[in-house]
Amino acid sequence: MTFINYASREINCKIVYYGPGLCGKTTNLQHIYDSTAPQAKGKLISLATETDRTLFFDFMPLELGTVRGFKTRFHLYTVPGQVYYDASRKLILKGVDGVVFVADSQEERMDANLESLYNLEENLQSQGYDLLNIPYVLQLNKRDLPNVVPTDELASELLRKGEPVFEATASQGVGVFDTLKAVAKQVLSELRKG
Amino acid sequence: MAETPVVLHEHQFIKLKSVLARTCVECAARVVLLVDRDGHPIAFHGDIADLDTTSFSSLAAGNVAATTSMAKLIGENVFPAVVHEGERESIFISVIGRSLLVVVFDERSTLSLVKIRTKKASYEVASILEEIARDSETQRQSETSFFSEITDDDIDSLFS
Repeated sequence: MTFINYASREINCKIVYYGPGLCGKTTNLQHIYDSTAPQAKGKLISLATETDRTLFFDFMPLELGTVRGFKTRFHLYTVPGQVYYDASRKLILKGVDGVVFVADSQEERMDANLESLYNLEENLQSQGYDLLNIPYVLQLNKRDLPNVVPTDELASELLRKGEPVFEATASQGVGVFDTLKAVAKQVLSELRKG
Repeated sequence: MAETPVVLHEHQFIKLKSVLARTCVECAARVVLLVDRDGHPIAFHGDIADLDTTSFSSLAAGNVAATTSMAKLIGENVFPAVVHEGERESIFISVIGRSLLVVVFDERSTLSLVKIRTKKASYEVASILEEIARDSETQRQSETSFFSEITDDDIDSLFS
């Protein structure tokens, strides 16, 4: 949940990148980390296996700037994508303010996308949230690969509520910040509603 | 919004800081931190030096989330405290509702001392956190919330 500190004049929000294994969640964070000025970011922490697969989560704090005198700090998390790490995924969704679903655009990953999206809805529900009521963005990643599903077809399968959709190639940084901006805007707009 | 935002006001922050400062002295600790269970740092006192409190808070919250799940798997509801003992530095984490009181200490203190001295502090912190939760809910229901005045331009300016 959003944490507002009047003493330090900070707004802290939690954004979680969700999606199937190897879809590019960590690559999104890595690009944000590499492209951000040192004073706006903290360390990028990766709790990963020896083969660099996310085991628990990746985490980086990012300061976007000031709204009405309050620093806006976004804590960005990824979840492990592999099916068998479901317990970890549930834990990381606790207190989430906004979710980015990173879909893998390759034809052979369509089932994995659907399974992960279903898993997201289920895990949000188990934490008392509803995907339809929280800030949410869909990113169609790996658009540079040859065997991708057409955007319209992919979106029609994965859209849940008319959420913003972004095509991305996270490995080259394409669409990464557009996605982040869209979810951050939704989170701050929710804060305004109270 | 998924949940009511937690709003920490200055007078509450000062009260928390004062409890942390006293606890730090009483425990002969290097540093004492208060962390939200979602991983947001709330307040700290002591010798921070080059400790990255943001990363530390996130990892402490992840640590407690994992051990709480482990507790459930063996039939416990929660582990009220988590301890990590190192060669020189150790960490004691006390779970207080939605928050964690984290004490980092070295050979100048002992685990038993830290356990005893954090007990009283935990009650005080819990009472202040209850007040914060009540006020946050009141503020959420108030139509004059400061954040209701945020405009689209304010938000857009963050990304310009």
